[in-house]
Amino acid sequence: MAQGEAKLANTGSGPDPAKTPAARRSRRHVQPYLAILPAAIAITLVQVGPMLVGVVIGFFRLTQFTIGDWIHAPFAGLQNFALAVNAGEPIGRGLWISLGLTSVYTVLVVAISWVMGIAGAVFLSDQFRGRGVLRGLFLLPYAIPAYVGVMIWTFMFQPSGAVNTLLGSDLHLVAANTFWLAGSKAFLAIVVTAVWRTWPFSFLMLLAGLQGVAPELYEAARVDGATRWKEFRHITLPAIRSVSQLLVLITGLWTFNDFTTPFVMFNTAPPAAANLISLQIYVNSFVDLNFGLGSAMSVVMIAVLVVAAFLYIRLLHMHVGEVPNV
Amino acid sequence: MSESVSYRVVRAAVLLFLALFTLYPLWTLLTISLSTASEAGATFRWIPQVLSWHAYVAMWKTAPLLHYLRNSAVVSSISAVVSLPIAILAAYALTRHHVKGGAVFLRVVLATQAFPGVLFLLPLFVIYVTLQNALGIPMDGTYLGLIITYLTFALPFSIWMLTGYLASIPQDVEEAAMVDGAGKLRAFIVTTLRVAMPSVMAVGVFTFMTAWGEVLFASVLTDSATRTLPIGLELYESAKGLVIYWNQLMAASLTVSVPVVVGFLLLQRYFVRGLSAGAIK
Repeated sequence: MAQGEAKLANTGSGPDPAKTPAARRSRRHVQPYLAILPAAIAITLVQVGPMLVGVVIGFFRLTQFTIGDWIHAPFAGLQNFALAVNAGEPIGRGLWISLGLTSVYTVLVVAISWVMGIAGAVFLSDQFRGRGVLRGLFLLPYAIPAYVGVMIWTFMFQPSGAVNTLLGSDLHLVAANTFWLAGSKAFLAIVVTAVWRTWPFSFLMLLAGLQGVAPELYEAARVDGATRWKEFRHITLPAIRSVSQLLVLITGLWTFNDFTTPFVMFNTAPPAAANLISLQIYVNSFVDLNFGLGSAMSVVMIAVLVVAAFLYIRLLHMHVGEVPNV
Repeated sequence: MSESVSYRVVRAAVLLFLALFTLYPLWTLLTISLSTASEAGATFRWIPQVLSWHAYVAMWKTAPLLHYLRNSAVVSSISAVVSLPIAILAAYALTRHHVKGGAVFLRVVLATQAFPGVLFLLPLFVIYVTLQNALGIPMDGTYLGLIITYLTFALPFSIWMLTGYLASIPQDVEEAAMVDGAGKLRAFIVTTLRVAMPSVMAVGVFTFMTAWGEVLFASVLTDSATRTLPIGLELYESAKGLVIYWNQLMAASLTVSVPVVVGFLLLQRYFVRGLSAGAIK
């Protein structure tokens, strides 16, 4: 109804209708929806719409042979999906292995980043000289473009690179000519690289969360003679609980979808231990040019993500989508 | 009040580890960019035997770096400038009005973070080409297509951050301005938004950084005229046969990192403030 009224007011048939009380009231009703409209259009055009189209593509036999006349690509029913999830065949097995690998990768990267982030944030909340410099330093990897960070690590992981100089020649922990970017060691390489890129964001969010904790709580605890560890356990951790929950969710989603790390490091030919799901789907779609299969795989991937995110939100009783104070 | 010795030791050790882990690649980046080509390809030394500016001179000729810099600057800054009012208006509506479906909208916004880019890369490309053919709007391989894509990529995080921050600012001043006769949106703009400016700037920088560093969509949506930095830098790896110009690659990487790093460090405290003001309650 409010929209109808607004239309009437906007047609401008009466004597300056925008100034009548009724028109003003209706304008006030429509205004918030108009304000949200540009964002809704952009997100629909660029993200939600294409994603739905992508899901539809999963039901068609869209390959290099049919892409030229894509509008007439033959309907494939559930064939692509059957192929994608059939663990008895190489393609399906590859998908499940890649999903498992990506899950382990995500858990490791998110957990390590959280631990490093909380350590940095808690210690930098103390007053001491040089904390401002350290804070700026810790945030640097977040500010540097993602591909630059991955490129540096790729160089460092070369047989003659900085990792072998440090761990091999200097510390004698590994052979000085260890090849990190092949075989199972490649997994370590992508985890280290991703942690380096991700932990500053955890640090940033947790630092922000800590600033919201009332200092009186700590003062009271200190009067009672609490140790630092008890303070951390009983004041800090509960206070940043909701920040941590959201942080783990966001970094978890980003890491599970991570394409930049394996792609910049290995291009389209990653070793099996670094074949993350996004790259696997990219190779199926844009190298093997089987877009239908790639889309079906993406749908399986999203289904896994959505179920995991939903369980996470439910189990932790998170209130996603509630605007505070309104 | 006092810090025990063991606590200080632990703190120093942890902070030292974090600092060294952060610096390790940055040191590599700097020293390799200052190495000669032959030393950059040899076994890594902590301090190069020969320091040379050569890479910083040669990198402009090996690839059209200036051209890519300009493309990235145009695309990133327009994306940031255009996305700001869009995000502000959405956050305004969500915090200052009771919007039906507001919670659903915020959930969809968060859910977009779960979409794998590879799923909607091809459909987006097809949609852009279709729009281009049907309406004559040049979208494929143009600044426009990239700008629309990037400004939208940053919207979810921007909206979340601004919504949290704006919700934490009391509305009394706005209401006072309304009593003086200003409309609600106008009252919001002249009072609250002015206070929130630093956070708005931080969100703008975030959008700029997103566009500056994006790889996947840039690889498909750009052509040789609009190629942005992430794709352009690959040229150092493939230029002139199979030789990788590591020193030039590192010099170029360092050069293109400087603008975003400076912008981010200048505004970092507003990032922290915007985040801590509450997206998260």
